[in-house]
Amino acid sequence: MKHLKLLTNPLNDENPITVQVLGICSVLAVTVQMKPAIVMAVSVIVVTALSNLIISLLRATIPPRIRIIIQLVVIAFLVILVDQILKAFLYDVSKKLSVFVGLIITNCILMGRLEAFAMNNRPWESFLDGIGNGAGYGIILIALSTIRELFGSGSLLGYQVIPEGLYKLGYVDNGMMILPPMALITVGIMIWVQRGYNKKLIEK
Amino acid sequence: MTMKVQNNTYTLMYSAVVVLIVATCLAVFATALKPAQLRNIEIEKKQNILASLRIVSDKASAEELYNRYIVDSYTLNTSGEQIQNIDPFAVNLREELKKPPGERNLPAYVGARNDSTFLVIPVYGKGLWGPIWGYVSFMKRDPVKEGMPYYNVIYGVNFDHQSETPGLGAEISQDFFQIPFRGKAIFDEQGNFVSVKVVKGGADPGSIHEVDAISGGTITSRGLQAMLDTCLVAYEFYFKSVD
Repeated sequence: MKHLKLLTNPLNDENPITVQVLGICSVLAVTVQMKPAIVMAVSVIVVTALSNLIISLLRATIPPRIRIIIQLVVIAFLVILVDQILKAFLYDVSKKLSVFVGLIITNCILMGRLEAFAMNNRPWESFLDGIGNGAGYGIILIALSTIRELFGSGSLLGYQVIPEGLYKLGYVDNGMMILPPMALITVGIMIWVQRGYNKKLIEK
Repeated sequence: MTMKVQNNTYTLMYSAVVVLIVATCLAVFATALKPAQLRNIEIEKKQNILASLRIVSDKASAEELYNRYIVDSYTLNTSGEQIQNIDPFAVNLREELKKPPGERNLPAYVGARNDSTFLVIPVYGKGLWGPIWGYVSFMKRDPVKEGMPYYNVIYGVNFDHQSETPGLGAEISQDFFQIPFRGKAIFDEQGNFVSVKVVKGGADPGSIHEVDAISGGTITSRGLQAMLDTCLVAYEFYFKSVD
């Protein structure tokens, strides 16, 4: 598959979070537990893929002077749609995500991909680029929420995984993991680890 | 092509058409999804009311359990009289709390379980970051003497919040905070309203009016205290006058 790089690059070399450091706000906010993080990841993938596709289809017709506005209209349209669907079918999760679904509109990853990629590339490539970047955001979200839920609440996806016996021996959940500062520190550690094995990311 | 897309008329037409299409689509979707969304909110409310009666329900069983255990519901005024024609389920507490205390509509749900009668009272207030709310249920008992209320002892509570700090204020929705409310009285022995006090630094274990506050959640605890005080005192006349 000749377009494979469009999907795999954002997962590592061009990761929107750990390399481009975009979309950090929601990363800190929605990663306390895995379930909301997964729903958020899927929502962002849907919005990046579809907005890239729509903008790429329209790219020849969009008047250049209002292109940013048109991009925002398309993003806002998709985000509101996702938000409404979550409220109708995944009510519990939509409550946990609260304003952060709405804030996908302001997620820099979206505008960045539309400006840098979808405006100059064909629909299929743009669609894949959208999925790739959404997934690059998503894997960091899921990895981070796994760490935070495991050490912060002793559970994964809501199921208790740290045995009761360990708590009796004096083990306590790390309350810091539930708070945003620890999310930022954990992202920092992830960036460090990634650069540890991927030398070409290190700035000269 | 370049000429055309640079043109002012084209730009205006283009934006008008885009906005029209997007607005139409959103309106259609919002209308289509509205019933499902309202239903989720209604079921959640029923689950919360049931939870204050110590009845655990899930989405599927909420409706049935609600119909089985909640036998009546009505709206009261602050003098303890029933107001006709106002559906208690539709009363918006947030709006009611903006009115002067004497003019508020007060919803009440009557529960029946194991031959006892219960009254479920909704409460609404401010936490640290956003609204907090909940339901408090009371078991009906005949007053021991004149001036004492029929509803005094808390049977169960259910609190929830929109955006309190996880691990701190957000703990008001946890059992370890809510269970100690059971059996606490909101009137003292003379029949004066004293509410339940959320005490920082540990409640007196012998007191029937005190529960532990949440460490690190002082402002949420205070908000919860204020919520109980304001919302419960409004029912004082009804608690004492019902027979």
